[in-house]
Amino acid sequence: MTVLYLAHTECDNTLHKSALEALTVAKALADDLGEDLAVGVIGGDIQAAADSVAGCGATFYGVAGADFAEGRYASDLAAAEAIAKAVNPDLVIAPATSRFSRALPGLAVRLGGRVDTHLSGFAAEDGKPVARRWFYRQRMEGTLTRDERPWIVTLDSGCAAAFSGAGTADVEAVSVDVSGVRTKVAGVECVSEDAQTIRPDAELLFVAGAGWTKKQADGATHVDEAEATIQAFLGGTKASLGSSKSLVDISGEGGAVISFLTHMHQVGQTGATPRHAKGLSTCCHGEEPHVVGWRFINERRAVNTDAGCGWAQGKCDVLYVGDAFAIMKKVNELL
Amino acid sequence: MGNEFHIVVCGSIVPDPLQTLAPQVGPNGPVLQNEMMLPAVLDPWAGHALYEAANLAANTPGSRVWLVCLGPKAKLQQVMMAVSQKAPFQLVVADGTASGFADSYETARVLSETIDGIEGLDKSKMLLFGGWQSASRGSGAVMQMVGEMQGVTEQFQGVDKLTVNGDGSMDVLERIEGGAYLKSVVDGAPAVFGWATGELPEPPNNPQVGMQNMQKNMPALMQAKPADLSGTSLSFSSVEVPQQRRQTRVEKDMSVDDMAQEIVEWIKG
Repeated sequence: MTVLYLAHTECDNTLHKSALEALTVAKALADDLGEDLAVGVIGGDIQAAADSVAGCGATFYGVAGADFAEGRYASDLAAAEAIAKAVNPDLVIAPATSRFSRALPGLAVRLGGRVDTHLSGFAAEDGKPVARRWFYRQRMEGTLTRDERPWIVTLDSGCAAAFSGAGTADVEAVSVDVSGVRTKVAGVECVSEDAQTIRPDAELLFVAGAGWTKKQADGATHVDEAEATIQAFLGGTKASLGSSKSLVDISGEGGAVISFLTHMHQVGQTGATPRHAKGLSTCCHGEEPHVVGWRFINERRAVNTDAGCGWAQGKCDVLYVGDAFAIMKKVNELL
Repeated sequence: MGNEFHIVVCGSIVPDPLQTLAPQVGPNGPVLQNEMMLPAVLDPWAGHALYEAANLAANTPGSRVWLVCLGPKAKLQQVMMAVSQKAPFQLVVADGTASGFADSYETARVLSETIDGIEGLDKSKMLLFGGWQSASRGSGAVMQMVGEMQGVTEQFQGVDKLTVNGDGSMDVLERIEGGAYLKSVVDGAPAVFGWATGELPEPPNNPQVGMQNMQKNMPALMQAKPADLSGTSLSFSSVEVPQQRRQTRVEKDMSVDDMAQEIVEWIKG
């Protein structure tokens, strides 16, 4: 009986914080269930990553090489499958990174197991593993278990403290043939650090709503001024930028748009559910489909001209009723 | 052999996002209160996949689009009256639950078996489209398993852009962390694409397309076979809506300067 923890390296051959968090969960579960812990690492060069968590006391397996340096469904899945077949685990636990979220569901079919993704918790209760995850876009949380094995799970970030315990890992190399893979990775398309506005590790989330592009008191729109104000704020605070769906959709309706907003900024029912310590909403009414995306924002404040908006209905800590253009301009001065 | 595609879009219905949702215990596990009475819409990500499929088919002569839905056919019929006006497709229905509490593996198995029954589908030309997530279970796992069950191992998730090149290869942009994209090239079909939002707006209603679709799709709804998703041990001990209501302080009379000062102190605190 073994718990297999899977991780992949980042471009600098380290493990991401969410991977370390998932290892904490995997180790605690293995300890509580009295099962062995195995660690499988996939990446271009994996020794440093394995050493960084060698203190977990697991048996280490690895798939390394240029074919595994970057995420690709077929090669990542082949590597995970090879490690899993070497370990023969009951439980497979991995972080819900974009790379593993892409590849690991397929592992359930390859191994004849089942998969549950984006867990918010995974722990032993009465000698059985029990999972928690959100349903209907963070509207409700379920507690579930199942008998099928292997049970493959991915864990969202923030579910545990990051594991710490370096040492020297003796990694058993597992060979994988990916010569038949028809996909070639052509690189990563990033925005520059200055232009980057989605910052998952930022302390603060700043959300812009559709009001920024609406007619103001003088009867005209001031989209250029809105852009400058928002960019100045993001530059001063290094906050992560989010948007309501209505603002993003304006681009498809031919309306005046904030040039640096895309669907990737969208927060809510049909967008992201980011995790930040604080969130500041501006020019957004706080409708329920949007606010479900704020499930994991601890402290919430909002600026809106409507004192009866959704934010006032118990959804934020402080609602400032006022003109966001004026307030945020002053905020920028003070920052 | 031409460069046409046989595009199979997997998607189903979800409760209208504006509805308040609450769980309750049903005979076979958790369900939504008044689930059959809730207004439904096509899942947003499945919608993006369908519109991208229709656009790709329109630009690749000879291509065909099927929409494979697992859901209660009475609700599907209502939703399809609207969706059918957006883009031409052939509907294929498995009559079963669209619940977010259904097992993702069982959902994938039913979809894969339904795809196996599509007449005229050439799997060497198949592009499997779907949403990379859903507004119900949101597992982001079904499309990968459908692909594996179909033997399709070139897969992409969080796709925002797909460009078909002259030699039949395809450039793909997938969302990864931090607002970045992973760029890949696959040499052609078959492949799986789990779409994020894509780049296309929702198409305007076209009543003529709607009429043509419903002539084909009403028989598909009538002939839908019951889907059995019972092959799972998945069990829920609880499903709860978090009762988190904040004591909101509403500041109406504070000056702009004071509001800004307080916000700055909060940010820096």
